[in-house]
Amino acid sequence: MTKIADLFTTMEYGPAPESAGVVTEWLESRRRRFGHFVNGAFTEPGETFPVQRPSDGSELAQVTQGTAADVDAAVRAARAAQPGWAALGGHGRARVLYALARGIQRRARLFAVLESMDNGKPIRESRDLDIPLVARHFYHHAGWAELLDTEFPGQVACGVVGQIIPWNFPLLMLAWKVAPALAAGNTVVLKPAEFTPLTALLFAELAREVGLPEGVLNVVTGDGETGAALVAHDDVDKIAFTGSTEVGRILRSETAGTGKKLTLELGGKSPFVVFDDADLDSVVEGVVDAIWFNQGQVCCAGSRILAQESVAEALREKLVARMETLRMGDPLDKSIDMGAIVAPVQLERIRTMVAAGEAEGARIHQPSWATPEAGWFYPPTLCDELTSTNLLAREEVFGPVVTLMTFRTPSEAVQLANDTRYGLAASVWTESVNLALDVAPKIKAGTVWVNCTNLFDAASGFGGYRESGYGREGGEEGMWAYLTPAWEKAARNTSTTHPAEGLREVVESAPIGDAAGASSVAPGGIDRTIKLYVGGRQARGDGDYALTVLNTAGEAIGEVPRGNRKDIRNAVEAARKAQPGWAGRTAHNRAQILYFMAENADLRREEWAARLARWSGDEDAAATEVDGAIRRLFHYAAIADKWDGRVHGTPFRNVTLAMPEAIGVVGLVAPREVPLLGLVATVAPLIAMGNAVLAVPSSVNPLPMGELIQLFETSDLPAGVVNFVSGLRPEVVPTLAAHDGVDGVWCFGTREEGAEVERLSTGNMKRTWCDLGLVRDWTAPGQGWGDAFLREATQIKNIWVPYGE
Amino acid sequence: MVTTRSDAARATTAPRTASSPHEPHPRNPGMPLELDWVREARVNRSAVERRTATLGTRRSVKKEWQAAWLLRAITCMDLTTLAGDDTPGRVRRLCAKAAQPVRPDLLEALGAGDLGITTGAVCVYHAMVETAVEALDGTGIPVAAVSTGFPHGLSPMAQKLAEIRASVEAGAQEIDIVITRAHVLTGDWDALYREMQAYREACGDAHVKAILATGELGTLRNVYRASLVCMMAGADFIKTSTGKESVNATLPFGLVMARAIREYRSHTGVSVGFKPAGGIRTAKDALTWLFLMKEELGDDWLSPTLFRFGASSLLGDIERQLEHHVTGRYSASNRHPLA
Repeated sequence: MTKIADLFTTMEYGPAPESAGVVTEWLESRRRRFGHFVNGAFTEPGETFPVQRPSDGSELAQVTQGTAADVDAAVRAARAAQPGWAALGGHGRARVLYALARGIQRRARLFAVLESMDNGKPIRESRDLDIPLVARHFYHHAGWAELLDTEFPGQVACGVVGQIIPWNFPLLMLAWKVAPALAAGNTVVLKPAEFTPLTALLFAELAREVGLPEGVLNVVTGDGETGAALVAHDDVDKIAFTGSTEVGRILRSETAGTGKKLTLELGGKSPFVVFDDADLDSVVEGVVDAIWFNQGQVCCAGSRILAQESVAEALREKLVARMETLRMGDPLDKSIDMGAIVAPVQLERIRTMVAAGEAEGARIHQPSWATPEAGWFYPPTLCDELTSTNLLAREEVFGPVVTLMTFRTPSEAVQLANDTRYGLAASVWTESVNLALDVAPKIKAGTVWVNCTNLFDAASGFGGYRESGYGREGGEEGMWAYLTPAWEKAARNTSTTHPAEGLREVVESAPIGDAAGASSVAPGGIDRTIKLYVGGRQARGDGDYALTVLNTAGEAIGEVPRGNRKDIRNAVEAARKAQPGWAGRTAHNRAQILYFMAENADLRREEWAARLARWSGDEDAAATEVDGAIRRLFHYAAIADKWDGRVHGTPFRNVTLAMPEAIGVVGLVAPREVPLLGLVATVAPLIAMGNAVLAVPSSVNPLPMGELIQLFETSDLPAGVVNFVSGLRPEVVPTLAAHDGVDGVWCFGTREEGAEVERLSTGNMKRTWCDLGLVRDWTAPGQGWGDAFLREATQIKNIWVPYGE
Repeated sequence: MVTTRSDAARATTAPRTASSPHEPHPRNPGMPLELDWVREARVNRSAVERRTATLGTRRSVKKEWQAAWLLRAITCMDLTTLAGDDTPGRVRRLCAKAAQPVRPDLLEALGAGDLGITTGAVCVYHAMVETAVEALDGTGIPVAAVSTGFPHGLSPMAQKLAEIRASVEAGAQEIDIVITRAHVLTGDWDALYREMQAYREACGDAHVKAILATGELGTLRNVYRASLVCMMAGADFIKTSTGKESVNATLPFGLVMARAIREYRSHTGVSVGFKPAGGIRTAKDALTWLFLMKEELGDDWLSPTLFRFGASSLLGDIERQLEHHVTGRYSASNRHPLA
């Protein structure tokens, strides 16, 4: 039989290789050795390490291990270039970003082939997804550069940004980081992943070619140590990292208190929820796109299928059959679905985890075909007959391994979906719009895809809830990560004495009979006992000790309970209980309550001012502060039902709903210097957005919490939405910052307090907003109130809803 | 265009492969109408479109593989003429082309001279059945007749059944019926089922292909449901379109119908054939359809017993691609005999 006659009978696909020729030429012309890209030029290669090709383990090139000195040179170059780059203006930067987008498109195939060779991903994916998305990202952000002044008034670039990117989408992650950073006027030092640095180096060449000014983008290759040097560098204003939660924790801890802005895009264990009215055949292809895309090395991979019991068996059968028809092989073959795992260490990790999951009782399904012998391959894998206790249901595998578990009802589906420390993404499959739009907001994840999965676009922000990190990449929400208010930057660069300095902290109340005994009695009044406020009830502190409040003249003017860690625990519990119901109310209803508070506060205006004046001795200032507090209540009542999300213009037939959602339970360390205004100005935006708050009031004058407790009790605020725990900051703040049931902490305190909050936040990677001693004018718009508070009180969830019948 | 009976006869005496054309395929006996199954059908259009958008990018066949696949595509072709100006002469020319769809020198050069490559069938209106049967005599190539008031299907029922019987009597071995779209659009599944049953019965031993006219059914879910009902009523093939609707064989329609066929087989064990028709013009289109079949239904659907293209101009493009494969030069249409 002739070959064609034979093939006519077998109808096999046969090889369809993409040529590696042009990439090989490029590598050869660079002698397969690379230095760093610093200040617009490549350095001489230093001590190098090999970059390997996952499909056969061969060496592609040697790249330089970046030293602390290399990082320093790059940061210096970036610092020197930053003022000029910012001064170029939005339009000038837009032109360069546009040129980068165009350049990527002109060299699209070169980038795609290099990416597949370096990473092991199928050429179809690099060619049809990664590289087009890279170009799209630069186009989109050329637009933000152009519009910066009008869309982000009062905002300036952070400065020099250190960026550390992972190996799973090397060039795409570069684009996600570099494009917004440059659009906003920052300069960049980028550390690509050790396993996959080549497309970043090629991109550096492109940047030089299209005229990106010297020093605006610097690429330093190396391993984790190089990244650590970048993070540790004093002159970096912001760190953006994508990678494991483990490393994210270290970065948070190491940058604590430095004032470096931090955004983290970390791991995930994303649920893939299948209801009984879903199109199951489409669900199967959804699973292919969720977990067998990029060999499952996707942070938002749908790795936990949760199927309604009535369809679970049918789905399992379809998935087992589908795995059989997936094709695995040379990443440069145009007819494969799955390529190679990036490195032996990752392959080993997958093998170990699957073995451990199997040992814990999971049943493992894999296709009958064998994986290629050369290179690092792992077959598509479905695990069932496991429960939520199994390692495979809890830990991120970062490989083509998916679990299948069942649920009975929508509410159980939500429970199981949220039964994870992560919160990066979720996928929900149902033909019912009611069900989809009911479930999507309930799942704690930054992205929820309805009847689709792993769709990305530059116009839609991407990022996590919970231990999947914070900050968004893409869209309007992503731009905020690379901007800082001009006033704040100026304030940090001037040394003004903080107004809280010199104010007296509360002191431990002296035993009875001691000379300086506190007076809890206003002149001519009745003894007043201020209590903690927990779950809507006034409660004595667990420890039953008191703190004495001194006025500015040093006289005792009142006592508050000395709250302790158990009080914090109780208050968090109360807040946790109250928060879902509060967030579930309409914004209009929350606004009504805030207005009612303002109304009731207005009645007490003079009384409050008098008490404040007892502390400060300044009646005018006290009256102004009370007035400001009432104004804040009115302001956040007004905006509660106007802080809308938006519908992103993603290039698909769908609506991408960017919804601001409450952070959850937020710990608040209130500013010292404006005891009443500071408390109101921070609590109000938090509750307006649906958060529950545990507030630690000013530690120089916590007495206004007494006024607010009375206010809340008369204003229909549901129990537990706001809780107050007064105390000595070193006793209560660490417990609050470390509490794993707290979703975020705002700390308007000293640098040391903020540093500690940031350091202790790593247990559950709660979001933090810490002033670190910043001098903030609480009466000034933008500083003391405004949109910044609302942005910090919310996180954006993007819900993708494709439509069409 | 010169072809003789003996050319055609020689073609059919060549050894046949396992997937040889013209082998009768087991009939679909049908099953009782299961309305629950029909009603619970779910099709998500966006997800279907995402899948079809990557079918042609996930798979690629090159070189000898491509040539082999294109030859296979020819064997799955219902070479069709359905025009008001069809004449016996035109139909005879078409039949000759069906019997010898590729220049023998090209087939020899491809090493495919012994494969007995012919198209899967010739598809005509009733009026041309006799001519076609006569022209194809001895080739083993079946004649398919479009029927039942094609393309609208709105003639009186008795007339439609009579049309089927007449075509079968005239020698058509395959009947492409059109369903009453209104039954689908009004959700009258029972009426559709009875109509299809009546058509199948009228066909006797002739195989029946049910044309759904997918472009007129409004939604993909309707396409899926109509597919199921027609299969339940005994359709041997389900076919997308008449070629006369404004939207004809699109990949999403194909994917939905293929999935319905798969589901039907998993319930009944019966394999129903699939025929996309209308708008398939290029070799690349043909390959994408074959990818769809192989991926969603398996290799059984890569042969004419279970898969047909309804096409009139597709063959010309495939011929040019095959010549390119042989010579390395891009070909021109005048180098290949006209259909």
